Amino acid sequence: MKILYFAWVRQKIGISEEDVTVPHSVGTVSGLVDYLSRRGPGYEAAFRDMKLLRVAVNRQHTGFDAAIGPNDEIAFFPPVTGG
Amino acid sequence: MNEIRVQSEDFDPGAEIAALNGEHGATGAIASFVGLVRGDNGLIAMTLDHYPGMCESEIAAHVAEARSRWPIIALRIVHRVGRLTPGERIVFVGVASSHRTAAFQAAEFLMDYLKTRAPFWKLEERQSGTSWVEAKLQDHESIKRWR
Repeated sequence: MKILYFAWVRQKIGISEEDVTVPHSVGTVSGLVDYLSRRGPGYEAAFRDMKLLRVAVNRQHTGFDAAIGPNDEIAFFPPVTGG
Repeated sequence: MNEIRVQSEDFDPGAEIAALNGEHGATGAIASFVGLVRGDNGLIAMTLDHYPGMCESEIAAHVAEARSRWPIIALRIVHRVGRLTPGERIVFVGVASSHRTAAFQAAEFLMDYLKTRAPFWKLEERQSGTSWVEAKLQDHESIKRWR
């Protein structure tokens, strides 16, 4: 799956996007967060406080309980501040 | 007619307003909003990060909702990205309708949704360093009136 990071999430993780193949047991956004958090200190720091994070699956705002699959585009970012 | 643009270049508010005025004579009101970079607390610059593709689709969804609520004849939204300095234009929202109430309300509705749903993020730059702007509770309170 394709994963994108924006704003300070990108700064903490150090990359703006990546393609990741996750184990079959990872079926939701929450499961993906748990999986990614174990990849290194940058990920752990970015995902430490989930209340500060928002997620989009296939460019739609959604919740952390959303189901995800190998062809999805998942984006993590802080609450938006445009306008 | 809708026009939605996300761009690094500046825009000309006068030209955007002129473009909202169709030729068929049905338009009786155009409401427009221009958001600027405020030079608060020694702000040197503001850099707007965005999620290409999702910005446009998210804005388009709210444009469709605005059109279902008000009789809109034409609508234009321009949002800039990249590094901007105090006084520079960030965003334009313009709505043309037969009457002023629809034009004012739709423009305000669209601005409220841009602030709380469109995936843009502001990084502020000061002498002391850079920091990401935090979402304002006030902005989330503002959208409740449209539910």
